[in-house]
Amino acid sequence: MTPLPRYEDDSAVQPPYLWPDYRSTLLRAPSRPLVPLRQSLTEITGPLLGTDAVAPGDADLTTGHTGEPLGQRIIVSGRVLDSSGRPVPHTLVEVWQANASGRYRHDLDRHPAPLDPNFTGAGRTLTDAQGHYRFVTVKPGCYPWKNHHNAWRPAHIHFSLFGQAFTQRLVTQMYFPGDPLFDTDPVYASVPETARRRMIAAFDLDATVPERALGYRFDIVLRGPRASIFEDDAA
Amino acid sequence: MTTPSQTVGPFFGFALPWPDGPYAAPPDTPGLITVRGVVLDGAGAPVPDALIETWQADPDGRFDHPDDPRGCQTSAARWFARCPTDDNGRYAVHTVKPGPVSDGEERHAPHLNVTVLARGLLRHLVTRMYFPDESEANGTDPVLCGLPEPERAVTLIAVPDGDGLRFDIRLRGDHETVFFAV
Repeated sequence: MTPLPRYEDDSAVQPPYLWPDYRSTLLRAPSRPLVPLRQSLTEITGPLLGTDAVAPGDADLTTGHTGEPLGQRIIVSGRVLDSSGRPVPHTLVEVWQANASGRYRHDLDRHPAPLDPNFTGAGRTLTDAQGHYRFVTVKPGCYPWKNHHNAWRPAHIHFSLFGQAFTQRLVTQMYFPGDPLFDTDPVYASVPETARRRMIAAFDLDATVPERALGYRFDIVLRGPRASIFEDDAA
Repeated sequence: MTTPSQTVGPFFGFALPWPDGPYAAPPDTPGLITVRGVVLDGAGAPVPDALIETWQADPDGRFDHPDDPRGCQTSAARWFARCPTDDNGRYAVHTVKPGPVSDGEERHAPHLNVTVLARGLLRHLVTRMYFPDESEANGTDPVLCGLPEPERAVTLIAVPDGDGLRFDIRLRGDHETVFFAV
C-alpha cells in the first residue's frame, strides 16, 4: 500500500493559545497541553469543498449592490502553496473584512463608523489548478477594539482555507505593508517575530489595474507533507 | 515556512456560516442524528462567537477523499458540517453515525473530528467526539486509550440526549475538553 501522507509540524511558527496581551485568550485558551495525536485517516483527509460552495461573482466584493462601495479599490491575489512548494489546487478560500471605515456588517460591531450600503465584506473563491486566487475588494479601515488603552487593529482581511486535509485547515489575517499599528497589536504580535512577515501582503504593481485598483500579493503556505516520511514514522 | 494562524475574531457571522452548513448529510438521509452542545469558557460562561466544524467518515468508515486507500466515495453527503454558536453558546449539527475507521495500522472507534474556532483562539482547536453506544470499540480506540490522563477520556464521549447526542466543549478549566495537537 502507498504510504499515507503525514503533514509537517509547524507549531514553531504558530502563536500560542494563551497570549495574555490579547485578553480574550485568558478564558478561552486550554490550560492543559494539547495531546499529541498520530495523524490517522481522519486528519489526513478533509472536506474537498468544490464549486457548489462558490457562486459566480463571489470573488468580487465590490459588486452585488446597487452602487460602488466607498474606499480605495484593491485587488488581492496570490497563490496557495504547501510548505514543500507545491500549489494547492481547487481549494476553497473565504475572506471577510471591515469596510473602508473600519466597520463590519455584524450586529455586534458597535464602532461608530458608517456602514456602507454598497459593501458587505465577504467573498469566496476556489484556487485554480496552479493554486492561484484573486479577489476584488476595498481596503479595510483600522478600527478600535478596547483590548487595552487606545487599542486599534491594523487593517486586515481574514482568510479561511481548508487545503486538502484537516491538518491544513488555516484561518489567518492578511495585513498591509507599513501599517503603523503593528507594534501595538497583540494579535499580530502573538506570532513569533520571524514568521510575522508571512502575514503581510506585498504591494504588487503587476496586479494593479490602471485608473482602477491597487494590487496586493498575498501567498499563503499550508502545511505540506513531511520531508522524510519513513524516518518520521519510524521515530 | 507556513503562514501563521490568527483568530477568526468575533465578526465572522456574515461570512462563514452557510444556510445548510449544519448538515453534514442532507436532511432526508436515513439515520440522521443531531449532535447538540454548548461551548463554555474558563469561567463556565457560554461562548457566543464560536464556529464548530465537524469532519468524519461515512457509515462504512470510508472518507470521501482521494487519500483514503480504498479510494474516493461519492455521496450526496458532504460529511462536513459548520455551525456558529448562538447567543447562549449552543450549536447543533446533523449527521449520520460514521463507521469505525481503519487505516491499516490502527482501528479507531466511530468518531467525529470537531474543530473549534472563536474570538480569543489564535489557532483553532481540534478534538474528537466519540459515541456513547460504542463502549467496546471505544475501549480499544488508540486515541481514547492513549491519553496521558485516562480520566479525561470522558470529555470526548457524547451523552444520549433525546433522539440525538449532546457534546459540550469546555475550552478551559474544570473538566476541560481534551484537545489534540495534530
